[in-house]
This record gives sequence, structure tokens and C-alpha cells, in this order.
Amino acid sequence: MTTTSLPGANAQAEVPLKRRLRRAERTRQVKALALVLPLLLFLLFTFAGPIAGMLWRAVEDWEVRQVLPQTTAALASWDGKDLPDEKAYAALASDILAARAAGTVPIAAKRLNYALNGFRTILTSTARNLKAVPEPGTAKETLGKINPAWRERATWTTIKDASGPITGFYLLAALDLTRNADGAIVAAPPDQAIYRDIFLRTFLISLGVTALCLILGFPVAYLLATLPPGRSNLLMIFVLLPFWTSLLVRTCAWIVLLQSKGVVNDSLHWLGIIDAPLRLIYNRFGVCVAMTHVLLPFMILPLYSSMKAISPAYMRAAASLGAPPLTAFLRIYLPQTLPGIGAGSLLVFILALGYYITPALVGGAADQMISYFIALYTTETANWGLASALGAVLLLATVLLALVYGKLVQGQQVTGGMKN
Amino acid sequence: MLKRKIALGFAAALGASAALATIAEARDLTVVSWGGAYQEAQKKVYFEPFKKASGVAMNDESWDGGVGVLRAKVQGGAATWDVVQVESDELAVGCEEGLFEKLDYSKIGGEAAYIPPSVNPCGVGAILYDFVLGYDKDKLKEAPKGWADFFDTKKIPGKRALRQGPKTTLEIALMADGVPPKDVYHVLATDEGVERAFQKLDTIKGDLVWWKAGAQPPQLLASGEVAMTSVYNGRIDTANKNEKKNFGMVWDGALFTLDSWVILKGSPNKDAAYKFLDFVGKAENQSKLSENIAYGTSNKDAAGRLPPAVLKDLPTAPDNIKNAVEINVAFWLENIDRLTERFNKWAAK
Repeated sequence: MTTTSLPGANAQAEVPLKRRLRRAERTRQVKALALVLPLLLFLLFTFAGPIAGMLWRAVEDWEVRQVLPQTTAALASWDGKDLPDEKAYAALASDILAARAAGTVPIAAKRLNYALNGFRTILTSTARNLKAVPEPGTAKETLGKINPAWRERATWTTIKDASGPITGFYLLAALDLTRNADGAIVAAPPDQAIYRDIFLRTFLISLGVTALCLILGFPVAYLLATLPPGRSNLLMIFVLLPFWTSLLVRTCAWIVLLQSKGVVNDSLHWLGIIDAPLRLIYNRFGVCVAMTHVLLPFMILPLYSSMKAISPAYMRAAASLGAPPLTAFLRIYLPQTLPGIGAGSLLVFILALGYYITPALVGGAADQMISYFIALYTTETANWGLASALGAVLLLATVLLALVYGKLVQGQQVTGGMKN
Repeated sequence: MLKRKIALGFAAALGASAALATIAEARDLTVVSWGGAYQEAQKKVYFEPFKKASGVAMNDESWDGGVGVLRAKVQGGAATWDVVQVESDELAVGCEEGLFEKLDYSKIGGEAAYIPPSVNPCGVGAILYDFVLGYDKDKLKEAPKGWADFFDTKKIPGKRALRQGPKTTLEIALMADGVPPKDVYHVLATDEGVERAFQKLDTIKGDLVWWKAGAQPPQLLASGEVAMTSVYNGRIDTANKNEKKNFGMVWDGALFTLDSWVILKGSPNKDAAYKFLDFVGKAENQSKLSENIAYGTSNKDAAGRLPPAVLKDLPTAPDNIKNAVEINVAFWLENIDRLTERFNKWAAK
């Protein structure tokens, strides 16, 4: 009897135990969450929020909707094949009159001008010359008389494309693409197709600077990691001193050194090595030199910390087993520094991608990186849609790179290079 | 963008932190200008005397321009600036976007007190200045006569500097190619004109250096990096006066433009701002500015108070403005995006 009732009793006792366990777990989780909540909120408001706002700006299309509401509504049913009907013209006339009274014409004009150069003039001159609501049935004629552009299909497709609420216009433009009058995605006209080249340029400069930093930084980090502490600390100060100096100061110092009557050219001239000054600045060379100098510590520090952790006994063991120095280095030492190389390279590369001041000061017109254009459209011409779209593309590329790096590092279990 | 003075980053950061500290309480009148030698002159003849005369507490900051900066300030709410000096294109776009207060001219001496180009519903003219051809008299045997010489590397060897971007660059290229100053924008409005400008730039592409901030051209001349450069006329004057340089400039074919004072929309210090604008609009104060830095000013009577020696070096002197072109704001508003892309395409080739 008791034996048969036991399992049941056990089962009854077991449920509350499980539940109690779950409850205890939950309390722990809540406590942990409460501890990180301030940081989470901080990141949400100062980091995730603004980035989301930027991504939204890259696709948002509010100007034409807000300024020309009736036209937008009238064009919703238009098939885009012929000119729109009288109704759309009448809607546009009344929108323009209302917008002129409210002073909002330029807002729509600015947005439409991005898509069709000259639209600013079409809209502002129409607003200036349209004195009153046209008689019913004459709107088409009146607007066509004021500006012949209203008799063209492209004018109207531009308005329809910009009707919002969201648009791919800016993102397409950031990739040198555009929509033609029939709505198909085509390559942008060659005069305006510049962003792919600039992204490529940005990646190439960043890659070159990363490679230079690695070649220059690796021996220095090795020296730092193997010297006795006293001397290695002194060297470390030499690494950190430029690290603590303002970027602007270091960049300007390179201008003084590299200009055609600068220290480098004058010394070479005095030594009789060159007759005419070399062009070392306001070109790609100057950008790479200055950026490498600025970013070098970011490579050396991760390398140093990974090398510090490698015991010298490994190399001695390899030598005692008969490995020549080069083999020992390649098979034993180098694989153990890979995490440092990876971290340093990724850090330098991602920092270099966003560089702005240095290329702006020591580069030529053909060496400006993508951040220069993001800054230009943000502050100078206030084309925030395009600035956000360029930022979104850069962000996406950087995230992809970080993911690839993560995959590589995970697959790189440090086995000391030994075959399992 | 980096416009006039690059090392403003520090000042801006300091200013921003100071501004953040005072955001909660009512703040003093904040006036923003372009920094550098120009703001030093303004401090001397405008800011300090204004504080003494009116008893209004004010502080000044500097910025690098860009209508996007103003838009962010105003749309972000709680803008920390009241009166800002802006360039003509910033004035036009900001006015369209409603970033500035509409000015009540009766509070600043009436419209009739100012020269016509400086009167705008959203802003009142502050200075008139030129992009001129600048060179170092000590280094060039033969003085350049105009933009044609700027493009003639046989006659005057050496590199040249222009402001990065299409604005001013294309106009200069056309004038060098023989377009009379008054026709520059007619020609530039056509595709052939744009093509012609870029073709002219091609002829000296290898010898061109691009500057971004107004402080750079005098440095480029002083270091011998370039033989000639486009430059703000006031910078040449300051370098000659303060650093004992011997720079020359060519007024023929210069491009002139106006900077204006605006009051940011929703400023809590509007009354103090009007007092300030009234003070800096007075002829007796403006003439002192021209004596300190060679820029023309907006009050009709300011030039008349100046000695002839000062007047002859101003952009507003009759001989200097005779063959100058006003930078066409409407043209650039319409075409800046397209031509910037085109310019960068050309630069990367």
C-alpha cells in the first residue's frame, strides 16, 4: 500500500520543488537584470536610439507629403503612363498656393531638387507666378503656361516617387543607383556615381593603414614584451606619449614635416639626394603616413598584451626539439599572437574607416574618405537623408566585418599551432 | 565642414561643456562668429564695448558654418546660441526652413541705414568680403594680373591652391578661360559651361592643392607650398599687418559675398539680441571694425568715416568692386549637390 502510494506522494512533493527552484532562478535573474538596467537604459538612449533615428532618416520621406498633401493623394491613383489628369493639376495649384502662404514651398523644392536638378526653380517660380486658384478645368493649361516643365511626365513621376512615407531614394543614391521614369532601378548617371568609389577608397586606405600598422607594430610589441621591465616601461612611454597627444597636433606636425619646403624635403635636398622637392603631402602617401602614426598605438597595445602571455618556455622547447628559429616562430610563436593580431587589426581598421580630420588636412581632393561626405551633407548642404544613408551603408559594412572577425576568432581555438 | 579655423574643435568642446552647465538656468546672450583674427577684431570693437555700453551680459563662441549645424540647434530645442553670423547660403536656406527670427528693422536703425544687398528679412549684413587671388610678393618675380595667370604654369611656375569643392572653383576657372565676370553665372548655368570649367581645371590638375579652412591659404603661401591661392582678402591683410608678410592680392575678378547676423528662432534673449544688432549696425562702430580687419561693412555711412588709406584696401572700395562678381546664392542652392558630386568625380579621376 505504502509502496504504491509512494510514487504519487513523491510526484506531489516534486512539483513544488521544481517550482521553487524556478522561482529562485527567476529572482536571481531579476536581480541581475536590475543591476545592469542603468547601463542598458543609458546605452538605449545614447547609442541605440540615435542610431535607430539615423537609420530611419535614411528612408524617411516626409517633405512632399507634408507640403503638397492634395497632390500626393491625387497622384496615388495615377498610373504614370501619360500626364496626370486635370484633378491632379488642380490639387497641385491649390497646394502650391497654400504652401506659399505658409512659406513651406522651399522645403518641398529642396527635396524634389535632389531627385531632379532644377526642380527648385520650377516650384519656386510657379509659386511666385501663380496668383490665384485657376478656374475649374483650366489648371493644366495655367500651370503649363507658367512653366513648361508641368507638361513633362518626368516632373510628375518625380513628385510621385517622393510622395513617401518611406523611400529607397537615398539608400539607392548612396550605392550609385537611381530609379528611372518607369520605376526600374538603374545605374546613376556617371557624373553622379561617386559613392561606390568613395566606399572602396575608404576601405582601401583603411586596409593599407592596418597593414602598415601591423608591419611596424609587431616588432615593437615583441620588443616591449621581451625586454626587462625597466627598459620596456621606458619604451612603453614612447608608445603612449603620441597616444596621449591630440590628433590635431600630430596631424599638423606631419604637415610641417612633409610639405615641399618641410623638414624631410629640405634634409633630402641638403644631402643632395633630390633636386626638386618630392610630393609627400596632400596626396594618398601623406594620408597613409599620418593615419598610420596616429593609429599605431591601437595596434601595439593588443599585440603587447597577447605576447606578454606567451611563455618563453615554448620557444625553448621548440628549439630543444630541433626546430630552426624561423620554424619555431611560425609554428609556435605566431599562432599564439593571432588573437592580438586580430584584435589590433580590427580595432585599427574600424577606427580608420571613420577617419575625417586627418584625410581632410593632409589629403588631396581625391583622398577624402566617406566620413568627409557624411559631414559635408550633414552640416554643409543639410541633405540629412543622403548623409544618413551613407552612414547606414558604412555601419552595415562595419557590422559585417565585425561578424566575420567574430567567426574567425571562434574558429581559431588557440592550439599553439599543433596538429591535433 | 572645416571652413575657417580648424583648431576650433577645442573651443567648441569647451564651449559645449560650458553651455551644458548653464543650460538649466537662464543664460546670457550668446553671440557666435567665425573665430580667428576676425573674431579677435570683433571682440575689440564690438563685444567688449557693447558689454560696457549696455550692461548686457554676453559671451561669444565660434563655429565653422553649415546650415545643418543650425538646423540641429533649432530643431533639437533649447538652442544655446542667440545671435549667429552666417554666410549667404546659410542665410537663404535657414530663412526658408524657418530657423531664424524675422527681423524687426525698426529696432536696429531702420532698413534705410544699410546698403541694399545687406537687408534681408531674416538677417542683417555684417561684413562684405572677397575671395581674391593671393600671392607672396617676396617669392614671385612677376606679379599675377588675374585668374588667367593663375592657370598659366609656364609664366608663373609652382603649385596653386583653391577651396575644395565646386563653389568659387568653377567661377574662377571660367574667368581664367576668358568669361567676363558679369557673365560667369550665365555660362555656368549651361552644361557646356560646367564642362568648360572642368576642362580648364584639367590643365593644371597636377599642380592644384585644395584648402578647406580660411587659415590655410596664408600658411600655404608662407611655407612656399604654393605660388598662388584663392584666399579671403582679410586674411592677406592680417598676415601682412601682424606677421610682417609681404603678400599681394588681385582684386580683378574677385568673388564677393556677404555675411549676416541672424537671431536663432525661439531665442530667449531676443531683446538683448536686438540691442546687440543695433550696436553693431551703427556706422561709428562698423568703421572701427574695418580699421582692424579689411572687410567692408553694411552701414551706408560706415565707409565715409574711414581714412582713404584704409578704404583703398576694402572690398567695398569702388576700384576693388568694379570687376568683382557676387557669389550667386540661388545658383548654388540649386546646383550644389549635383556639382559637388561632379567635382569629386573629377577629382578622383
